[in-house]
Amino acid sequence: MYGKRLRGLALTTCAALTLTLVAVLFWAPNDATEGFLQKIFYVHVPLAIVTLSGFIAGGLMAIQHLRTRDARWDVRSYVAIHISLVFGVGVLITGSIWAKGAWGHWWVWDEPTLVSFLLVMLLYATYQPLRFAIEDPDRQARAASVFAITAGVFVPICFTIVRLSSAYVHPRTLDNISGDLPGRMQVVFWMALASIGLLWLLLWRYEMASKHASAQLRRLRRLLSDDEDDAAPLRRSAAPTMTHAGSAR
Amino acid sequence: MSALRDGADERLETPAAAALRAPPTMRSVVGALLRKELRVELRTFESVPAMSLFSVTTYVLFHFGLQKDTVTGSLASGVLWVTLLFASVLGINRLFVADAEQGGFDGFLLSPADRSALLLAKALALFIYLLALELVAVPAFALLLLGSSLAAAMPGLLVVLALGNLGVAAIGTLVGALAVRTRARDLLGPLLSLPLLVPVVIGCALATTPLFAVPAGGLPLRWLLTLGLYDLVFAVIAFALFDFLLED
Repeated sequence: MYGKRLRGLALTTCAALTLTLVAVLFWAPNDATEGFLQKIFYVHVPLAIVTLSGFIAGGLMAIQHLRTRDARWDVRSYVAIHISLVFGVGVLITGSIWAKGAWGHWWVWDEPTLVSFLLVMLLYATYQPLRFAIEDPDRQARAASVFAITAGVFVPICFTIVRLSSAYVHPRTLDNISGDLPGRMQVVFWMALASIGLLWLLLWRYEMASKHASAQLRRLRRLLSDDEDDAAPLRRSAAPTMTHAGSAR
Repeated sequence: MSALRDGADERLETPAAAALRAPPTMRSVVGALLRKELRVELRTFESVPAMSLFSVTTYVLFHFGLQKDTVTGSLASGVLWVTLLFASVLGINRLFVADAEQGGFDGFLLSPADRSALLLAKALALFIYLLALELVAVPAFALLLLGSSLAAAMPGLLVVLALGNLGVAAIGTLVGALAVRTRARDLLGPLLSLPLLVPVVIGCALATTPLFAVPAGGLPLRWLLTLGLYDLVFAVIAFALFDFLLED
């Protein structure tokens, strides 16, 4: 059930990413002050927005897990946070490159968005170690959900507080979009946001399908062999499996 | 046999026994748990002396690390808050260890008490530990490093300390309960709590800076409000999520 319509989504995502890339390179105008370098904006900002939305989505799925006690929600939340972490590393790298090009430094402390993003990443970096340190799958899932909800609330608050704390207030991206960005740039930005959002969704669905398939395979192996040992024992892992969730159904 | 049962019935009729049969009120449970926490601390001296000693040692480290005899303004406020934060992480790490290792959690779960009572008692205990820490750490800071007058800064500083302690108590209790039943609790406690406590440090440090400035300034109300809101949000989160960490 997780694999359905994945091919269509994959093709759509590829088409959207290609179209966006072409639009970014050839259709969007060059920035007056930063020139070609400013194009990294179309990767960096959508990536950041998708990452943070992914973290918050992970928190919402964790709420659902604690409410329903359905372990599948824990797997969903895990996959959402996992993919957002990967995207987040991309945000930090593209952000640093942009900062070096535009401001001459790899890291700038008086840019509140940068600092708060780093804080959020530092917090989420402990998600996997936390899971790995708890062996009992039920307790691991509950602790992970408590973490995901706390961290999900932390994301918007952290951005607000760090923004308040800095003396310099740089123009915010979304203010720019509605106000200062010329028409073409705005269109390309929304295209980039949509295609990176699609990429996130595609990866999330692929990971879910893969987890579902390996749980199915495991269950079939168990059924086919009389010897329990034939099915490879589950290793201690930070990643939840659907086996656990499947048996609950 | 019947005489025994009669005797038992008779005993149940006494007012004290009737009080025992009634479900315990939140206040009495929290009171009992808090008394137990403080008694354990007074018998073992496990947390507060270590935290206080740690803070004084850290001032010495800052003296040599910064190569300064006195600090004022933002530097003073930063040194004080970073030291208090690291010292409180020591307390957070120890907060639930005895309960996890010696069956305190099981005993509590067997009782009919509301689980939030444990959160409240632990947070209150941590708050009291932090106050005790500050009784040593703040005068020691004034003695060893502070270049401006502590007496002038004191009224404002008390407010900031109270708000900071509230935030540390709420976040520390939640994180302590989260980390204590993992394999790497000594590692995960600080790793989880420090990023969550960064906004508390931002707020406290910025609110304290004018108090330690050489022409001392007033207390920035904006930061007190921000701190208060942050404390409130995490108190609510801890309250909502704590129950799930005790389930077994």
